Amino acid sequence: MSEQLVQQVVNGLLIGCVYSLIAIGLTLIWGVMNIVNFAHGDFLMLAMFVSFWLYTLVGLDPLLSIPFCALLLFVLGLLIYRFAVSKVMRGPMLAQLVVTFGVSIFLANTAVMLWTPDYRLIDRTLLSGTWQLGTVQVSVAKLVSSVGSVVVSGALLLFLRRTRTGKAILATEMNRDSALLMGVNTDRVNALSFAIGSALVGVAGGFLSMYYYIYPQVGGLFGTISFVVVALGGFGSITGAFIAGILVGLVQTLGGYFFDPAYKYAIVFLLYLLTVWIRPQGLLGW
Amino acid sequence: MRTSRLALVVAAVVAAALVAFPFVFTGPFPLHVMIVTFMFATLAVAWNIMGGYAGMFSFGQAAFFGIGAYTSSYLFVTHGVSPWLGLVAGGLASALVAAAIGYPCSNLRGHYFAIASIAFAEIVRTHFNNWKLVGAAEGLTIPMSKGGFLQFQFHHGKAPYYFIALAFLLASLALSWWVARSRMGYYFRAIKESHELAMVLGISFVRYRLAAIMISAFISAAAGTLYAQYILYLDPESVLVLSISVQVVLIAMLGGAGSVFGPAIGAAILVPLSELTRVSLGHKGTGVDMMIYGALITLISVYQPRGVWGLLTGRIGPRAPPAPVAARPVAVQEGSK
Repeated sequence: MSEQLVQQVVNGLLIGCVYSLIAIGLTLIWGVMNIVNFAHGDFLMLAMFVSFWLYTLVGLDPLLSIPFCALLLFVLGLLIYRFAVSKVMRGPMLAQLVVTFGVSIFLANTAVMLWTPDYRLIDRTLLSGTWQLGTVQVSVAKLVSSVGSVVVSGALLLFLRRTRTGKAILATEMNRDSALLMGVNTDRVNALSFAIGSALVGVAGGFLSMYYYIYPQVGGLFGTISFVVVALGGFGSITGAFIAGILVGLVQTLGGYFFDPAYKYAIVFLLYLLTVWIRPQGLLGW
Repeated sequence: MRTSRLALVVAAVVAAALVAFPFVFTGPFPLHVMIVTFMFATLAVAWNIMGGYAGMFSFGQAAFFGIGAYTSSYLFVTHGVSPWLGLVAGGLASALVAAAIGYPCSNLRGHYFAIASIAFAEIVRTHFNNWKLVGAAEGLTIPMSKGGFLQFQFHHGKAPYYFIALAFLLASLALSWWVARSRMGYYFRAIKESHELAMVLGISFVRYRLAAIMISAFISAAAGTLYAQYILYLDPESVLVLSISVQVVLIAMLGGAGSVFGPAIGAAILVPLSELTRVSLGHKGTGVDMMIYGALITLISVYQPRGVWGLLTGRIGPRAPPAPVAARPVAVQEGSK
């Protein structure tokens, strides 16, 4: 009984780290430009398909296609920012909320048109197999994904805190007008943040493609979870998103274990509603 | 004076056209498109009361819609209760749920509220997908009755549904019009402009936000009953999904959020368009119709974010119009007497 519990905790931590990486991309975008990218999950889906097709057509292992996923999503992020998001930044709040919904529906259905709604799976990768640690089984692909997600999240934090560009992003997040007065080109910071946020979810998609089903609607679930993770952590807070991601991973698996697996996502959403009732700004928001 | 006369003429022409429509176009498809348009217009009017007036951008209207549809259908299937009574029961149930969720969310603004509403609707969908009492994922099938008004089922053509759907829309518009002009409507807009200012003026924003959500939920639930009685089948994936909620927001935005008639105009443009693309392109299951739809949403947000109503009347300016600002303190003074 308790062995199973330990297994669930491990599973929760493993998926939680990936949630964190997805959510950090989203929270970076929100913090800098006050936009919720509702197409974030669909960006993830595209990255998974990039990985799938590189594997199927060229035979490239998903682990090695991660740089390509990141690069392609970086470019996609730039394009979406230039041609859609930047145009509504000064518009009404409602337009800012809805614009990325349009992108989301467009991308998911483009995937349906190009690749049919079928479920796909990359069945044999460099990291197939499981390790047995005592009574706990750990899939190698999941372990590498989680460790990789933590490493990439850490790298982002280092980039933001140690480089000039990173500091410019953080400064814009804190106070746009002051940053502008200090000579920061905030429009470029916006574009860069959107692109980096997209590249991060690209990396996460590369990791997930190693063991998760790949289908056009996969973004819906991960997208919704990442909104909850971001809001739970506090919009714009990267550390908050990281902690909340792991928390959500744990709540999801333990909720499924103690109650009913069918309700595992509902329990996550309930946790979110309870949290914002007590702390409307999220765990680490201000 | 001249504008009000123009408005009367326009209203008379539109009303005559709507009454004449089912006698001119007798085929099932045109009537179907109109019924769906009225239904979504009703939903958008309901959204507008909480989103357009009170500034709570809900992306979870499907939950209210679904609860209404499920309540009346469940009562009819198990106890043979007339769907008209079911409609009232569903509306009340939906308003109660809305109050239960609206209370803890009453401090949330902007994005936080939007995401909370998605989370709430997803919880409701998950629950109905697993709730054996209402058929879980298999849904409910409403048995064919002998038909007639009391049974809310009509087996000879769609015209009765057409007029009932139209009546629903007119009733919701009347309610919305009344809300917009009542003191409550001014409070809603005050809260939308600034929580702090509204509080300073002595407006209990929790109470008025709850009122907006509950009215909105009741109307949405009524549209749900209409849907259930029209299609005679419902499952969680057809009435409780996020895509319905998004479509409702979009219709209201395209028409003009915050205006009384904007949401109905938005529905009149967007629903026939999406029904036509679905019929002409969607049958292959290739997703092309939804691709066009998604692109359209993005284009509207970028190029016409203030809606058609704003374009027609110039009333919804880029900044908040000065009139409500002046009207607010007056409304409060009246309230404090």
